[in-house]
Amino acid sequence: MKRLFPILSVVTAILLAYALYLALAVAPTDALQGDVYRIIYYHVPSAWTAFLLFFINFIASVQYLVSKKPSARAITKWIVIVIGVGGAIATFLPPVRAQIPAGMEPSAVATTVLALPAFYFVIGWLFAGDRLDVLAVTTAEVGVVFCTIVLVTGPIWARPVWGIWWATGDIRLTSTLVLWLIYVSYLVLRRFSNSAQTQMMAAALAVFGALDVPLVYLSIWFFRTQHPQPVIGGGGSMDPKMLRVLEFSWLAFLCFAFLVCWSRFRLELLRREVEQAHAMESLAGAADSAKASLPLSRSAP
Amino acid sequence: MNSTWAVTLATLVKDIRLEWRSKDALNSMLFFSLLVVVIFVFSFDPLAEESRHIVGGLVWVAFLFAAVVALNQTWARELRNQVLDAYRVSPAAANALFLAKVLGNFIFVSVLEALMAPLFVVFYNLHVLGPAWQLLPIALLGTWALVVNGTFFAAMSLRTRSREIMLPLLLFPISIPALLGMVAGTTAILSGENSARFYIVLLLTYDVVFTTACLALFETILHAE
Repeated sequence: MKRLFPILSVVTAILLAYALYLALAVAPTDALQGDVYRIIYYHVPSAWTAFLLFFINFIASVQYLVSKKPSARAITKWIVIVIGVGGAIATFLPPVRAQIPAGMEPSAVATTVLALPAFYFVIGWLFAGDRLDVLAVTTAEVGVVFCTIVLVTGPIWARPVWGIWWATGDIRLTSTLVLWLIYVSYLVLRRFSNSAQTQMMAAALAVFGALDVPLVYLSIWFFRTQHPQPVIGGGGSMDPKMLRVLEFSWLAFLCFAFLVCWSRFRLELLRREVEQAHAMESLAGAADSAKASLPLSRSAP
Repeated sequence: MNSTWAVTLATLVKDIRLEWRSKDALNSMLFFSLLVVVIFVFSFDPLAEESRHIVGGLVWVAFLFAAVVALNQTWARELRNQVLDAYRVSPAAANALFLAKVLGNFIFVSVLEALMAPLFVVFYNLHVLGPAWQLLPIALLGTWALVVNGTFFAAMSLRTRSREIMLPLLLFPISIPALLGMVAGTTAILSGENSARFYIVLLLTYDVVFTTACLALFETILHAE
């Protein structure tokens, strides 16, 4: 497994370099925006990667909470299955279908909904116990980095194209920003709390964050429909050549994210091992000194 | 079930009695939000017409800050004499304690709002153009939204370093949709420009979702070891 790491690093570097070449030289220039638009080959893949990582973080957190509370295992499993399968079927029913924005295929929405049980069982099968928490830290940290890239590249593009850096009422901008804020607070919580309960609290916070995102979306969706804004990125169709470059770019970013997550995962595991070893050592030291010294001097270090 | 309510009621009555005797939380909240109001008046000094559009935001930001002051004290009170540890080992339901704390905070913050609302009317020359009675459901649902999550996160930040600063860092990002609902709903009613019904539904959804989540997870947080 460890031998794979350098190979994958080289492959990722090549993929990223080739993606950059495709984005700058091969992809056609946009008819309206000129060359400025090329930033989407970094912006959009980062966004997709960040959302995927946050999604994995949420699933890992739920799995972690369940693993610490076995009585909740069965009910959580069934809730996940019902949401996934029920949601996937519901997207094909006419009243729900009418709510799906134009341009989105119901089958695509159904696949996205089915990702919930799929990820839930795959992650539960691949990771167990404290490794779930390590996965949650890893994905949250790397996700925040990618989300930051999204929030930085967005305004750089928006300034020449929309004429403004930031559109407060826009649904995607605001919900991404709130998502970023939630995960930064998640990392702050982990940093400020160094006790044994940190992992539980962080997992609970991740669940709260995941519940919050649809509500943010809902609140701004209404806000915007009341005050229409002229700023809607994307929409309409994309040149197939551009789409292919975008997809390739995403592949490169995914590889990169996987690589970073992998090394961070191993680092976190090592850190915990070292911490444990230190704790054991000081315990053994305390036992020795207690044995060697008189009972009266027990309070001495 | 009966014993759960008995524990909730007992804790609630105890908290109210403590607050009635000391008036710690209420006094500090009142003075704090009074300061916020005065500072806002000096920094914006709006005309009556403008103030209708901004006062929704000012009111709720002031109450949010003030609520944090009270929320920080709810659990700190239980740390003295190891009350919380005693509670942890007792067979009483964790959610009974949580509900009592939420209800207590809800009452304190509602009292604060009732006392502060006239001040906002005076300072900003408010004259409501929309259906004023709708402010009541917005205030109740919005206060519940702040307090239920706030109590939960206060219990969480109890276990962290520098806990006083931790609570707003956890609470504010999660509260953004509720805050947006409160502010936009209040503005809609004050200016009478559009209906606030959607925001009431939004706040209700938020309250139901997060009350359920808090009740489902509080026991884990209280007993986390």
